[in-house]
Amino acid sequence: MAMAVVMLVDDEVPFVETMTKRLTKRNLTILSAFSGAEALEKLKTQKNVDVVVLDVKMPGMDGIETLREIKRAHPLVEVVMLTGHATVETAIDGMKLGAFDYLMKPCEVEQLMAKVEEAKRKKGAQEQKILEARLKEIIGRGRG
Amino acid sequence: MAPEISTKNRLANGGYYRSLTRNMILTVIVVSLSPLILISSLIGYQFHTSYQDKVLAHLQEIVRKHEQNIDSFLNERLANVAMLVRVHSLERLSSEAFLKEALSLFREEYGGVFVDLGLVDEHGVQVAYAGPFELKGVNYADSEWFKRAIRSPFYISDVFLGLRGLPHFIITVKPTSARWLLRATIDFVAFNSLVEATQLGTTGSAFIVNHNGDFQTRPRFEGAFHRELLTGFLSRKTLEERVAVFENDDPSGRTFLYLMTPLKNGQWILVYQQAKTDAFADLYRARRWALVILLLGGLGIVGTSVLLSRRMVQRISRADREKEMLNEQFIETGKLASVGELAAGIAHEINNPMAIMVEEAGWIEDLLQEEEFEEGANLDEFKRAVKQIKIQGKRCKEITHKLLSFARKTDPKIKVVQLNDLVEEIVALCEQRAKYSNIHIHMNLMPDLPTIHASPSEMQQVLLNLINNAVDAMEKSGGDIDITTRVDGAHVVLDVGDTGPGIPQSNLARIFDPFFTTKAVGKGTGLGLSICYGIIHKIGGEISVNSAVGMGAVFHIRVPLPKIDGETGTPRS
Repeated sequence: MAMAVVMLVDDEVPFVETMTKRLTKRNLTILSAFSGAEALEKLKTQKNVDVVVLDVKMPGMDGIETLREIKRAHPLVEVVMLTGHATVETAIDGMKLGAFDYLMKPCEVEQLMAKVEEAKRKKGAQEQKILEARLKEIIGRGRG
Repeated sequence: MAPEISTKNRLANGGYYRSLTRNMILTVIVVSLSPLILISSLIGYQFHTSYQDKVLAHLQEIVRKHEQNIDSFLNERLANVAMLVRVHSLERLSSEAFLKEALSLFREEYGGVFVDLGLVDEHGVQVAYAGPFELKGVNYADSEWFKRAIRSPFYISDVFLGLRGLPHFIITVKPTSARWLLRATIDFVAFNSLVEATQLGTTGSAFIVNHNGDFQTRPRFEGAFHRELLTGFLSRKTLEERVAVFENDDPSGRTFLYLMTPLKNGQWILVYQQAKTDAFADLYRARRWALVILLLGGLGIVGTSVLLSRRMVQRISRADREKEMLNEQFIETGKLASVGELAAGIAHEINNPMAIMVEEAGWIEDLLQEEEFEEGANLDEFKRAVKQIKIQGKRCKEITHKLLSFARKTDPKIKVVQLNDLVEEIVALCEQRAKYSNIHIHMNLMPDLPTIHASPSEMQQVLLNLINNAVDAMEKSGGDIDITTRVDGAHVVLDVGDTGPGIPQSNLARIFDPFFTTKAVGKGTGLGLSICYGIIHKIGGEISVNSAVGMGAVFHIRVPLPKIDGETGTPRS
């Protein structure tokens, strides 16, 4: 089984394609989207996405807006922001909005892998907590 | 000045300020001096004429009175003699004893005015005589006075020496039908003193002349009186003014006033003479004082206008320079901002392709690890090449990131700034250039330095200017630049020190002046440090320099810490 299901969102098609190949090779399941809107669309159907790697600077719906939408619709999906240096501040804003972390472009694939794994772990832990809470509730109900 | 000529041209051209100064001085002088001169000359002229008229009228009055005095004196003396003739018979008048008695009576009554009395018959022989001289029997038939006296009932002669050799004049009275006449001699000295009594000032004196210009009394002061004046007086047509006024220069150049009036039915002329400077002494003194005051006042006005104009033009030129500096600073900031934007655009555009290239190289690297390539003869070469691509990609990334971070801060808006970060950024930008000149930049940054409120782009500009100056100073010799940040009281202090040649004492005072530069023409604008000065002062800080020749230079920048809100601990903006 793949380590994680990752959605790459960037308007630079060659970047997304190469990244897809490299990350797939590293045992990740990659979904790609070339705009914010497309990403949101795909997320509606693909419920198993763990991490979204999101470029901050995109034409049309930009990274921050996309992030806000993702977090609203899928609060458990972790988002790693990808940014040029000039937009570090936006990345920081993004983290305030609930993004997991950010990376500066161009980045080492290993760094990205590490971040994705971390994010996936966090998501897993979060889901675990929710599961436990739910169990507790069920158990509590049973006792009551 | 035509509007199309820019401030810069005016600054470059000192002539503008010189002509401005000149125009201001001239305007002030003309405007304030011309009414002064006009008023003083108008009033001066009026005063001069009226005062002169007054003085002349006064003198005329004196002369007229005097003339009346003398005339009445002569008439009285004549009346005295006429009385004798009318009252006494020829027989009595022929008696010397009677004459002596009459003479002593006259002398008693009128002082020493009468000298002698004598009875002269129709042949001119003095038949009876009373007086100090032995003149009985003297024949006057040939003398001028006798010829005239025998023809008229009264006669007063001119002054003459006569037989006795003393100046005197005589009064004769001849009864209408008689063939003899009574003669009285009037003492010249007594008469003289009567005339001389009219003395005014130091040069004013009166005397009497006859028509020939012979003095009838002794003038106290010869002056410049001569006959031409008399001819002028006698030939004048109008006799309305009894007292006529003339002016004449004496040989020494002094101008004298002459007032003349006829005496003794026009036979004699009473002349009053006085030096003009003496007669109008008060007027001249007043005029001198007025001139002195006018001159001093004029000098005062000129001096004041020069001083004021100079000071004002200095102010104007300073204001111009400040304006120019502000303009330059504005332009500089604008330039920096647009360069920054351009750089940001390029950096961003390059960044994305760069990312793809690096990723592609990464992909090749990934693929090279697959088994099929294990045997490849050039595997190591491929790996090396891919690694090199990645290294160079990283280098490009650093460059674009520097550009982006530089561009991000070309904004004069005040923000919260961590000075240490700025220093690191700028040093990273400058390091390369410094390295070429064999200059090492050392940073000694205080950890956890408090943030300050400033415009990041402007602070960058300040740092860049200071470091560039230091590098320029050591371009040939090489050396070290030490950058220190620290907290001193309520200020964050940044020191930029170099080991260059230092700044001469004479330049230290002017180093922050706009357009002051020691760099070669075309190399420096002379604005760098003045812009730094402007920026630092704008945020309430101070910039100063310590330097001596051969000791390097240290620039200190002190920026106040933002005031802390007591409760929240957050900086107040």
